[in-house]
Amino acid sequence: MKFSEKWLREWVNPALDMDELAHRLTMIGHEVDAVEPQGLGLDGVVVGEVLAVKKHPDADRLSVCQVSTGSGDAVEVVCGAPNVVAGMKSPFAPAGTRLPNGMKLRKSKIRGVVSNGMLCSAVEIGLGDESDGIVELPQDATVGQPLAEFLDLPDNSIDLDLTPNRGDCFSVLGIARDVSAVTGTAMKDPSVAPVKASIKDEHPVELVLPEGCPRFAARIIRNINASAESPVWMKERLRRSGLRAIHPVVDVTNYVMLELGQPLHAYDLGLVRGPIRPRMAKDGEKVTLLDEREVELRNNTLVITDDSGPIGLAGIMGGLSTAVSDKTSDVFFEAAFWPPAFMAGVARQYALHTDASLRFERGVDPAGQARAIERATELLLDIAGGAAGPLSDHVVAEHLPKNAPLELRKSRLAKVLGTEIEASRVSEILSGLGLEIEASDSGWQAQIPSFRFDIDVEDALVEEVARIYGYDEIPEQTAIAETPLATATETTIDLDLIANTLVARDYQEVITYSFIDEKLNTLIAGEPSELVLSNPISTEMSVMRSSIWPGLIEAAATNVARQQDRVRLFEIGKTFHGKLDAPVEIVRVAGLALGGVVPEQWGSSAQAVDFFDIKSDLIALLGMTGINSRFNFVATEHPALQPGQAANIVRDDAVVGVIGKLHPEVARAFDLNKDVLVFELDAGKSFASTVPNASSVSKFPTIRRDIAVIVDDKITAADLLGARQSAAHELVKSVRIFDVYKGPGIEAGLKSVALGLILQETSRTLTDVDADATMAVVVRKLQQDFAAVLRDKN
Amino acid sequence: MQALSELVQQAASEIEATSDLIALDAVRVTYLGKKGLLTARLKDLSKLSAEDRPAAGQEINKAKKAVQESLNTRRDALQSNALAQKLIADAVDVTLPGRGLSMGGRHPVSRAAVRIEKIFRDAGFGIRTGPEIEDDFHNFTALNIPENHPARAMHDTFYFPGGNLLRTHTSPVQIRSMVKEGVPIRIIAPGRVYRCDSDQTHTPMFTQVEGLVIDRGVSFANLKAVLHQFVENFFERKAKLRFRASYFPFTEPSAEVDVEWEEGKWLEILGCGMVHPNVLTNAGIDPEEFTGYAFGMGVERLAMLRYGVKDLRTFFENDLRFLRQFN
Repeated sequence: MKFSEKWLREWVNPALDMDELAHRLTMIGHEVDAVEPQGLGLDGVVVGEVLAVKKHPDADRLSVCQVSTGSGDAVEVVCGAPNVVAGMKSPFAPAGTRLPNGMKLRKSKIRGVVSNGMLCSAVEIGLGDESDGIVELPQDATVGQPLAEFLDLPDNSIDLDLTPNRGDCFSVLGIARDVSAVTGTAMKDPSVAPVKASIKDEHPVELVLPEGCPRFAARIIRNINASAESPVWMKERLRRSGLRAIHPVVDVTNYVMLELGQPLHAYDLGLVRGPIRPRMAKDGEKVTLLDEREVELRNNTLVITDDSGPIGLAGIMGGLSTAVSDKTSDVFFEAAFWPPAFMAGVARQYALHTDASLRFERGVDPAGQARAIERATELLLDIAGGAAGPLSDHVVAEHLPKNAPLELRKSRLAKVLGTEIEASRVSEILSGLGLEIEASDSGWQAQIPSFRFDIDVEDALVEEVARIYGYDEIPEQTAIAETPLATATETTIDLDLIANTLVARDYQEVITYSFIDEKLNTLIAGEPSELVLSNPISTEMSVMRSSIWPGLIEAAATNVARQQDRVRLFEIGKTFHGKLDAPVEIVRVAGLALGGVVPEQWGSSAQAVDFFDIKSDLIALLGMTGINSRFNFVATEHPALQPGQAANIVRDDAVVGVIGKLHPEVARAFDLNKDVLVFELDAGKSFASTVPNASSVSKFPTIRRDIAVIVDDKITAADLLGARQSAAHELVKSVRIFDVYKGPGIEAGLKSVALGLILQETSRTLTDVDADATMAVVVRKLQQDFAAVLRDKN
Repeated sequence: MQALSELVQQAASEIEATSDLIALDAVRVTYLGKKGLLTARLKDLSKLSAEDRPAAGQEINKAKKAVQESLNTRRDALQSNALAQKLIADAVDVTLPGRGLSMGGRHPVSRAAVRIEKIFRDAGFGIRTGPEIEDDFHNFTALNIPENHPARAMHDTFYFPGGNLLRTHTSPVQIRSMVKEGVPIRIIAPGRVYRCDSDQTHTPMFTQVEGLVIDRGVSFANLKAVLHQFVENFFERKAKLRFRASYFPFTEPSAEVDVEWEEGKWLEILGCGMVHPNVLTNAGIDPEEFTGYAFGMGVERLAMLRYGVKDLRTFFENDLRFLRQFN
């Protein structure tokens, strides 16, 4: 809501300067977005009158004018404006004046003719953003009068960011009311004296849908002067409130809307066919609006109709067929009440957002229609003359909104705010806001005025009191509450710890979007997701991700493109699965690594990260659960991963994650031509942990025995290590693979695997005899299960 | 025959002249070896008379001991010298960089969120999360934003076919937690939220932390205190706050909170208010018995202020050169 400071001060004029006023407005909930000074730097600029105009002897487009400045002789001025004519009045800046744009005017020769000043355009004096010539001032302007004085300047345009609950504040009247309440300054009486009808004409209005249109105030004004112009003061107020003057009839409706908050519409009565009937539109009906756009209507839309059909979108925009024009002589004013429930979201569905729809959606005072008509009549008669018919106030009272009276208890006020406010102050605040109150020992009984749509519970009254009293006046009070200790669970690994562990292992956390490109999502997930947004920002952000990988890969690709040759990223976030009506969200931990195992450094040769590097990172994470042994890596196939380098991470028979090398073709789809290793874990399933259960540590030394066996290449490490478990030899405490060899000396299709076994007994020192016996069992097991051949020691 | 003392003298100077352990051992053999000069003297004792023998023997042993001591001293000296040489050879350029992995880092938004969570957790707040794909009831209706409420238009909601939506704020977690846990309750709910809006100062996804405290006797004065303390703790400095009247359908009274960032320059940092009685009722809580407050803050906004980030969008570009500044 943008309006002029002077206009507001005409309604309420507290002893506050602009800064203080802006602060007060902001603090009571009407945030001041901007205060734009208007008409500064006009010292010296006066109303001038062009007495004579002749062509410049040496320049086609220039004129030489004689300008009267109200004192002394007329001065000679060279003017380039196309609209300059003898007899017009225009702002004149004599030589020596400094204009608002900082330009200082000098007496100068222009193509041989001395110019003693300048006739000014709106842009030059800071009163507009565009101009097609010099400003034409009305004929009744007094020549020589300072322009600032004539235009009631300087002023400020105040722009408020209003909250949606305060429809009443989309008007000078509404803002004045709040300012009056908060400053204790009396405001102007908002009532308007009725204008007497000079003709009897009324136009029929039929409220066929009273719940959608319970009130329709109207009036005919005949024979207006079609060539009348809106007065400068009105044009200026509209301009300072962000509206352009268009036509006196339209200007009047806009002016009254800004002043009183009631949007009005004016019809060219000569173009209206038969009675006005507001009703719901029928699907498919069409109307061409004032902006010359034809819209196809939906049946949730209130329309104004006459015998020709819809002639306007109620409370949004009028129609072209009955629009006021330069030729209009008979005007029909409408000031209706369109209930918010019928207006909400309707303008938006036609991609419209108008000053009227904004107000009706939030609620317009259902008692203000007649007043608005009276005010508009008064203004239009002043400007354009004409004969007014009687005010017709069509109303179906039972469909008008009625505010229920509310009680505000002193105890509730103190309880919610945590402070006591003096009863007399509360009374003053509530009455200041226009509430009729009755005070008692326990509190107040309040009648809520018709213009407030937001006071519907007791706590809303608490808010009104607190807002005007001042939130800043309420003292802070630290609450002392009982705080039962919360359970700190040890049965799941904190995601923060996971994140910090990844950080310690040289991964950088990123945050990528939860919605991604559908094609990329399908490419990685292997199947399309149902969870596609109806109204995405763009196709690149249209489907809820089934995996964090696309985001990570894109982030990696961006960084590679920015000359980062080693990228290690992780993200913890949700992925989205399931059906539209039963979506499933899973918190996942995903990582990506490409480039060197370690940053480029001296003393170690560059080695690109591979499967086993990130596998060890995963093992570090999973190890925190304390049950590392229950996780298995099982070779798998995955649509995004390279065959032979992909594994499911299985915990107790459930897949909890995937690890692998991105398929080179997938990597290429992201413009990556390096090996990209990725992993993704279901956090909930992976990081459920067990509370450690300690057992005693053996005091006896261990014996290590190494063997090398030759087995078929298809036998996995997991197979061989598993054999130890099934061999069930309790002396074998752990087995490690310390070498895997394929190549010369080993037949093709076979491999040599070197195993180191750690043997230990808890109750005594092992002997070589024990160890030999154990190894014999293990070797036999390997021979039986895998046809393993013990490799010669040499 | 040479005098013993001379022999000892001679040995001492030969020992002194050695430069390594091998040479030193050769000297030892010369004097003390099986065929050494001093060993030979002992063998010669048998040629002496019985009464002379002990004294002469003693003399020879003394000489042997003297030579042995010289040998020992020299050996120690040579050994420590050799070690010193080795250590000199082993010296490194301590200014060369260390080797191995470098360190990764948290995202600045996570870093700020972790900080916010810690401050509230230390004050006894529990941490709750909720779904990001929400239904209309939890995101709007239960929060006193009925259908057609103008506040809905302000939320720029992402919808799915069928009516589900991406939560526009973390406030639905209020409802879910109240219903599930009942009251009293004291929680914060961090998480991602979504609005269909993208420009210089808006990203379609961002992070919020919601706070909710409901108990008997909780007041606006308590809310003011907790937020003031939070802001001072988060920014680690004294801060002036102002509570401006505002509007949220789910709180009454509602306020927006500005912090005085520089003299006279107020920046909006969060929204808050007393939980609307309709919201309590929707969650099955008696608003006469219980009152409470709620607040919501944008983590990106706080991170921008805390870390001097100028452009919101950089948080989601994931440029390593930007992110590494927070490691």
